[in-house]
Amino acid sequence: MLELQHVHSFYGNIQALKGVSLTINEGEIISLIGANGAGKSTTLMSVCGIVKPRSGKITFQGQSVHHLPADQIVTLGISQVPEGRHIFPHLSVRENLDMGAFLRTDKDGIKRDLDYVFSLFPILEERSGQAGGNLSGGEQQMLAMSRALMARPKLLLLDEPSMGLAPLIITQIFDIIKKINKEQNTTIFLVEQNANQALQISDRGYVIENGKITLTQNAADLMQNPAVQKAYLGI
Amino acid sequence: MLRVFLWSGGMEYFIELFFSGLTRGSIYALIALGYTMVYGIIGLINFAHGEIYMIGAFTSYIIATVLSIYGFPVLAIVVLAGFAAAIWSSAYGFTIEKLAYRPLRHAPRLSPLISAIGMSIFLQNYVLLAQTSDFLAFPELIPDFDFMEPVAHIVGTTDLVIILTTAAAMFGLTLLIKFTRIGKAMRATSQDRTMAMLVGINVDRVISMTFIIGSALAAIGGILIASHIGQINFYIGFIAGIKAFTAAVLGGIGSIPGAVLGGFVLGLTESFATGYVSSDYEDVFAFGLLVLILLFKPSGLLGRADIQKV
Repeated sequence: MLELQHVHSFYGNIQALKGVSLTINEGEIISLIGANGAGKSTTLMSVCGIVKPRSGKITFQGQSVHHLPADQIVTLGISQVPEGRHIFPHLSVRENLDMGAFLRTDKDGIKRDLDYVFSLFPILEERSGQAGGNLSGGEQQMLAMSRALMARPKLLLLDEPSMGLAPLIITQIFDIIKKINKEQNTTIFLVEQNANQALQISDRGYVIENGKITLTQNAADLMQNPAVQKAYLGI
Repeated sequence: MLRVFLWSGGMEYFIELFFSGLTRGSIYALIALGYTMVYGIIGLINFAHGEIYMIGAFTSYIIATVLSIYGFPVLAIVVLAGFAAAIWSSAYGFTIEKLAYRPLRHAPRLSPLISAIGMSIFLQNYVLLAQTSDFLAFPELIPDFDFMEPVAHIVGTTDLVIILTTAAAMFGLTLLIKFTRIGKAMRATSQDRTMAMLVGINVDRVISMTFIIGSALAAIGGILIASHIGQINFYIGFIAGIKAFTAAVLGGIGSIPGAVLGGFVLGLTESFATGYVSSDYEDVFAFGLLVLILLFKPSGLLGRADIQKV
């Protein structure tokens, strides 16, 4: 469904990705794990067209997308929940959700998806009139995920969904990620430092170090891999 | 002290100054909106914005002169000249952003600022060379209404038209920003540009629209004030620009209600300072007020110091 081939991306003059290649098949949950600054977020930003790769190819459902502007990539069915959630602080919860459906015109479909995200996170319906900036961290993560779902993505990119959240909320968030994958048949590409939680719900995983993919295996095998255990699982 | 001032000219004098302050404030507010909207979206002080207003005044001058030669009725002249000025100024605003700011989008913040100052100087000199350095007598476009006769010594027809037009423009802008698609896209972009791109907003288009709307408002300000004062030259944009920029900062740069409030506060201050003290002290009071407000509220009257949650 999504394929990156030898993608090189830069932030200014700093090379963040040094030839990243990976493949995601329809219906999968894939984790990308790595340390701070390894290039995880840059990988997602390159897929979404926010960072333009200097070389390499990104294809989505057979169509090359690395030269497309960000808004057209959203139209094709890729949505991202960025690191730090990026809630519009002065828009209400409801307006934040509406922004997620910015490019859609099917009123009935939008209404259905709104009901769906409210069923996933009932707290958002209660707070729908509040400013997004006033929500707690966990609620903001729920809102950010719901906003991404409002675009009805085929591929959902999640950047550090567990960051800064209480363990109980993290479990809830990961359960919902699995649920979205099952119920909506949404393919999930998950970037995490919390490798343990991420791999537990994933089909396969990639390890990224210094802008390069160094390892890829089934999630279960990765969790047994001594090098991974030492570096990322704290075992 | 205030009571002494109030009685030094009587109630009627006070009301007269009040309306003259509202008139000035309206114009400042119309121009300040352009500064504050552009700042809100791309964080740039568009120093060429005053020149957009000046170009609006010149455009309406040219159109009004041509139309009056062909004997158009006054009302038609006002409306047509206003529209022409708004469209022409918008085209300038759009082009300036494309040529002078967009290529510097990812440059350090100082670069587009310098580019803006350069644009301002360029446009002043361009109008100076292409038109004239002299003051031009601007035709009196707004006739005195008969029903205004009894109060004409306190508030003139032009004042009333300026205040009402400004109110209408602001009402329209509020509706646009609150309810339309482009308005929502503008709010989202000003709050978080990366996220706006991620939900599929074409940020380049939003920025262009911001310049177009801001320029149209400045042009409306241009035609209104020119027909009020009765003369224009290539330099009027600089003075008005500095004052409107002051109004935007006073109200809290980036805040749309702030720009309107700042415009009126500044206009009223100037008007009362002129009326009760001396017109020589107009600017002293205006900028003194700016310093005073920023001392106590550094982000301006309605500006907000954003708190970011992680």
